[in-house]
Amino acid sequence: MTAVVPNIAQAPMAKPRSEFRRLLIERRSEVLSAWVKEQLREGRSESLPADELRAQGDEFIGLIAEPEETDSILDHGSEGWAPARAFLADLSRSRAQQGFSPSETASFVLAFKRPLFAMMRAALADDAVQLGEEIWRATELLDQLGLLTMEEYQRGREEVIRRQQEEMLELSTPVVTLWDGVLALPMIGTLDSARTQIVMETLLQRIVETGAGIAIIDITGVPTVDTMTAQHLLKTVTATRLMGAECIISGIRPQIAQTIVHLGVDLGDVTTKATLADAFRVALARSGRMVTTVPASGTQRRDS
Amino acid sequence: MTADRIPILRMGRSLLVTIQVDMHDQLAMTLQNDLAEAIGKHNARGVLLDISGLEIVDSFIGRMLANTAAMSRVLDAETVVVGMQPAVAITLVELGLSLPGVHMALDIERGLALLQRPVEILA
Repeated sequence: MTAVVPNIAQAPMAKPRSEFRRLLIERRSEVLSAWVKEQLREGRSESLPADELRAQGDEFIGLIAEPEETDSILDHGSEGWAPARAFLADLSRSRAQQGFSPSETASFVLAFKRPLFAMMRAALADDAVQLGEEIWRATELLDQLGLLTMEEYQRGREEVIRRQQEEMLELSTPVVTLWDGVLALPMIGTLDSARTQIVMETLLQRIVETGAGIAIIDITGVPTVDTMTAQHLLKTVTATRLMGAECIISGIRPQIAQTIVHLGVDLGDVTTKATLADAFRVALARSGRMVTTVPASGTQRRDS
Repeated sequence: MTADRIPILRMGRSLLVTIQVDMHDQLAMTLQNDLAEAIGKHNARGVLLDISGLEIVDSFIGRMLANTAAMSRVLDAETVVVGMQPAVAITLVELGLSLPGVHMALDIERGLALLQRPVEILA
């Protein structure tokens, strides 16, 4: 068995042009129609119009029928395949960004098998050996194309993820002034090293600019706290202290408090409060201020 | 080498040290020696270390700051470090130097206010 497979695989090397490609060029429009029908029948590409599928398919057939078969399409150095690779890359990426699922994207190539094989069966009906050989070649090529599609699809999705991460990073570090000398930093989302670094730099920079003596870090929007996150928080608190400002951590939810204790994280002498309001009250008290209720009859405005 | 010194100014019973140049190791050692002598000579109760001009620190300078504070405390003087730059603070934290026992203040004004308290009590 193992001795037979290499023979078949090596066969294309001997002949520069395989039969199925010759047939493909010959019966291009026939195969194309069957292919478009196949894609529509599978119902996966319903959001794409038939004429667009047809145009894409026509271009694709042209591209895979052209190159010499001595190189593998997965070999990125092969120049003959470069247009086909670029075409598939564009297609997969645009589908990935339009929100197609992986199988929907791969079905573009895989749906090509049935019409292609049907056409070959019709053309080579009287030579079973040649039919088998040609089908093997076609399968090999289409499988590689399928793999390539998936690779590019993955790359397209990763691009989307990376862009979103960057956008989130930019959005997620606002430092707001609550009062004279009191800054607040509402944190939303997971705290990782890169984000903590940016948060820390932004906060320290604002402390220098405003001369604020107290900074409140609110972690209501942080979904989970692990030892890493806690360490990042402690670093920020220590850096703030080194600058000569005080730091209060607020917005610790009950589950997070439990996690912190179970993990054995020592928050040391860091002031922690359950809510931002509590932290703000402490901050005001430390700067010698308090909030009072103004009598209803009075016309005077409450001032700091 | 002797000309390369950081001046130590006396203000009442506090000493004011302003570091406006980048510290190298020898300068740091000289400062530490000078400061110890000055605290003894002036019977100082507080040391104000202004490092707002310091933009680069390494572990040696970080340790020097911690040592200076510890030394002053032995000589019965409180140390307040003021005006640390954000980059310096981040570096010290990353180096694991949190300078426990050293008072910090944002600027000289607040640093002096911090020093006034113990001085008044003791005076």
